Amino acid sequence: MDLFLQQVLNGLTLGGIYSLVALGLTLVYGILHVPNFAHGAFYMAGAFVSFHLMKMWGLNYWLAMLGSALCVAALAVLAERLVFHPLRRASGLHPMIAAIGILLFLEAGAQAIWGADFHRMQTPYTGILDLGGVTAPVQRLLIIAGAFTLMVILHLFLRKTVTGSTIIAMAQNRDGASLVGIDANKVAMLTFAISGALAAVAATLYAPINLVYPAMGNLVITKAFVIIILGGMGSVPGAIVGGLIIGFAESFGAFYISTDYKDIIAFVLLVFILSVRPQGLFTKGAT
Amino acid sequence: MRYLTGKPGWLLLLALGLAFPFLAKNDYQLTVMSTAYIFAIATLGLNLITGYTGQYNLAHSGFMAVGAYTVGILTVDHQVPFWIAFALSGVLASALGFFIGIVSLRLKGHYFSIFTLCVGYIMFLVIEKWESLTHGTVGIIGIPAPTGIGPLAFESPRTLYYLLFFFLVLGAWIMHRIVTSLLGRTFMAIRNGDELAESLGINLMRNKLLAFMLSVFYAGLAGGLYAGFVRFLGPGLAGVEHSFDMTMYMLVGGLGTLLGPLLGALMVPWLTQYLQFLQEYRFIVFGPILIVLVIFVPHGIVGSYVAWRARRDSLAAPVPSATAASDAVEPQPKASHA
Repeated sequence: MDLFLQQVLNGLTLGGIYSLVALGLTLVYGILHVPNFAHGAFYMAGAFVSFHLMKMWGLNYWLAMLGSALCVAALAVLAERLVFHPLRRASGLHPMIAAIGILLFLEAGAQAIWGADFHRMQTPYTGILDLGGVTAPVQRLLIIAGAFTLMVILHLFLRKTVTGSTIIAMAQNRDGASLVGIDANKVAMLTFAISGALAAVAATLYAPINLVYPAMGNLVITKAFVIIILGGMGSVPGAIVGGLIIGFAESFGAFYISTDYKDIIAFVLLVFILSVRPQGLFTKGAT
Repeated sequence: MRYLTGKPGWLLLLALGLAFPFLAKNDYQLTVMSTAYIFAIATLGLNLITGYTGQYNLAHSGFMAVGAYTVGILTVDHQVPFWIAFALSGVLASALGFFIGIVSLRLKGHYFSIFTLCVGYIMFLVIEKWESLTHGTVGIIGIPAPTGIGPLAFESPRTLYYLLFFFLVLGAWIMHRIVTSLLGRTFMAIRNGDELAESLGINLMRNKLLAFMLSVFYAGLAGGLYAGFVRFLGPGLAGVEHSFDMTMYMLVGGLGTLLGPLLGALMVPWLTQYLQFLQEYRFIVFGPILIVLVIFVPHGIVGSYVAWRARRDSLAAPVPSATAASDAVEPQPKASHA
């Protein structure tokens, strides 16, 4: 039973991180209908900026997280302005390839600045709590708490504020949103900023129990894609549920099946689900 | 174009290719060119499914690795003669493509790309983790070179070069036959509009699947050649970066043209050679180049040239020669790939 609860805890940790990354991806997809392959690079950049701020500038963990969220948000907005905005009328293939260009650039850039080595990020929260037989490192609890708090804030922002509703309106109907006076440019930039900030926070939360290296975003972003396909591209609740599904599948799969193949589980799950339901789990419309 | 991409142009390229070993200063240049040919063959395949049929397959390098590992495993672990293993490399990739295609081609647009991205990752991870079959991260070492056929031996870099050149020419010629046939037109019809194609009576699934299998057949054979040429294999070949590389080749030359991917696949590696000092940082330069190309030259070198010529012709001639222009294989400027 304890082992089972341990896996639940791991699943929640992974799921929280995946959900945050997938949320950013799904928001951007909702607005632009572009699968942003560069999102994993934003995630990686977030981890490196935090790492850099903590190591070189001696900032504390939370300030570094804030700084990195701002930096990556700026980076994402820049990417929107310079790359995706000029391509907003291009055919489906071209924005995708442009996103790959950003990905390659950022990855090589990080490697040029920080080297290809693996780095370890320090965290002030190294303690371990014992919750009735389940050992819970504080950092993991922090990830769960942080991720779910952010999700609630995002949800409230999207549903309860006017600015948030403009994003939803844009995602629902671009022309309709323009007709009622929503500035498409502003919304696109805002969405990219949110998506970048979410990726940076997720990376900073997760980095202390993982490693920081230039290719760290690749696996996470592919899993995030799996998640938003499962949850329906552009759907916010879908991203959260999908993230948790993949998180749990991985933590239980690693434990009950094989650690070696744990990274494959998400993809096999996707292949299996899409074979049965090509439209994804939660979407009704045709893909 | 009449002079450059018509028959004389192709003959000129052929002559250049034949003469290259005598112009090359050293074996190293021959090796660079030979490797470029291998990837050019794979890129030809990718262009069939992406450029002509409009389905962006990100598992292409995975299929190339399947072909390469077929040759590697069969020749090293089971002492199968090279040419038998080589023939199997394309067949196996196609067979795998059949099953993956059945599942993945039901998805459209972005979903297909993301799905194949995941398939590529599965291939990479399986190759890396299944040590008893693929030797894992250690890789397969000591793959035999292609065995000689009759009086021809493929020992020296020069003969190997001609072998690869032969396959490239053969591959390009077959591709030319495919895309100028009714089948090729069918693929393009699918690219230009699923629903329109279907209403013309085109069986979408069957044709997409055929294009996919043909495309990965090229990837598999290129992989087989890669194994025989480089003679060492690691799981890295399946990495999605190689699919990205091939995408760049296609895009630089021109999506959905026959010459474009060839030009791109031969030019970009040489550019990389000149940027050698950048090594793994080359993407700091190539990433932005890719973006600039996508924004400003979305049809690549060949595609832009064809479009420019078509425009000039229609201005010069009183009767617009639209049929003549569409005779050549060019991308429809405003066609939707989605």
